Amino acid sequence: MTSFFTTFGIWLSALFTISIFSFLYKDNPLYKFSEQVFVGLSAAYWLVNIIYSIMIPNLFSKLIGDFSGNLILLIPAALGLMMLMRIHPATQWISRYPIAIMIGTTAGISMLRYMKSDILNQVTATMINPFAASSTGAVIGNILLIIGTLCGVYFFYFSKKQEGFFAVPSKIGIWFLMISFGATFGYTVMARISLLIGRLEFLLGNWLHLIK
Amino acid sequence: MKRSFPLVFAFIVGFLVLLAEFIPHRPFNDLISTLENWFMIISGFAILLGQISLIRVNSQIIAHKEENWQYHLAGMISFALMLIFGLLWGMREAPGLLGSGESFVNQMGMKPFDYLFTYAYMPLSATVFSLLAFFIASAAYRAFIIRGFESNLLMITAVIVIIGRTSIGSMLTGWLPESLRFWHIPNLADFIMEYPNTAAQRAIMISAGLGIVGSSLRIILGIERSYLGGDK
Repeated sequence: MTSFFTTFGIWLSALFTISIFSFLYKDNPLYKFSEQVFVGLSAAYWLVNIIYSIMIPNLFSKLIGDFSGNLILLIPAALGLMMLMRIHPATQWISRYPIAIMIGTTAGISMLRYMKSDILNQVTATMINPFAASSTGAVIGNILLIIGTLCGVYFFYFSKKQEGFFAVPSKIGIWFLMISFGATFGYTVMARISLLIGRLEFLLGNWLHLIK
Repeated sequence: MKRSFPLVFAFIVGFLVLLAEFIPHRPFNDLISTLENWFMIISGFAILLGQISLIRVNSQIIAHKEENWQYHLAGMISFALMLIFGLLWGMREAPGLLGSGESFVNQMGMKPFDYLFTYAYMPLSATVFSLLAFFIASAAYRAFIIRGFESNLLMITAVIVIIGRTSIGSMLTGWLPESLRFWHIPNLADFIMEYPNTAAQRAIMISAGLGIVGSSLRIILGIERSYLGGDK
């Protein structure tokens, strides 16, 4: 019986894979169907995932297990229910309270975290002696690292118009940013191609058994 | 009350979180983890709100029989199936309302929710994202085709990184003598990733970090209020 369900599952996967790829030719009913099924499955997957990984262990289990000991959890539960008031236009304003608390908490936490990890740590890591490296390549690399970081930060300084001599570091900053975007683009292409290879392997291997 | 109180709440929680960082004693030291836990619970409800909104929009399309309503119906059926399977028999190790669905596991080899995840959600997700490979390639061709020095820099780096991270990179310049090893494409890709790329990423992180600190301060002090929406 298990093998029937496995075979059925592989055929189902193959059908969905071909349906999505059919968009490369043009938009068609098979693609539209698979697209909507994907939206539905995706939404339900994340909802169920949130229920089992966040709501049950952090809220429901604690309240059911020891209600009087976890009374404080009624506050986020109430705020969560207030969030749902956004559905109805007349009660929409109630959702501002949980949103404000979420935004306030996020602002406080992000301010501290980004101050440490993205500003202080990165500045510290850039304050190096470039000539202390062991090889010539590393010395050149370290010099590029310092110049690139300084010019990149300068490029993001928008409070004063950058023209004439003051536009030079900004220009160098753009070059470094372009190199970085190129590298990121390269990695993105590779990740997508690897997914494509995975799907083709599935179709030709698991489904059609044309490759081992 | 509809606008001022939420602003006061945002200020209080934001200020308390900042204060807790500098006072490592009870009750402040537990405050951040408590608020983070609350944040997760409220986020769970926010996701539920998103799903309710999705159901409402799709229900309206189906009820009014708007264009392509049949596909939206299929989407809603798949949503309901996945949700019901997940709630009744659970997912992975977590049991559902009716237990762990042992009979299904014996027959199908896994829970119904996991079955749908493995044979429907996963292939759909991977195929949709793999489809982007074609669009990225065509978009790149149109965007980078000899527009200027900067776009060439971007394209050349992308090509070096792609070739350098695959076996073809080693094949192409593997014959280079030891004195020219730096120009061996995988080594060049490593150098780009280690130095110029790190420099630019650092610049972005520092600048974005400064922006986040500024925005956070504006939110805590109540200067930034757009998250509250309209005046109703």
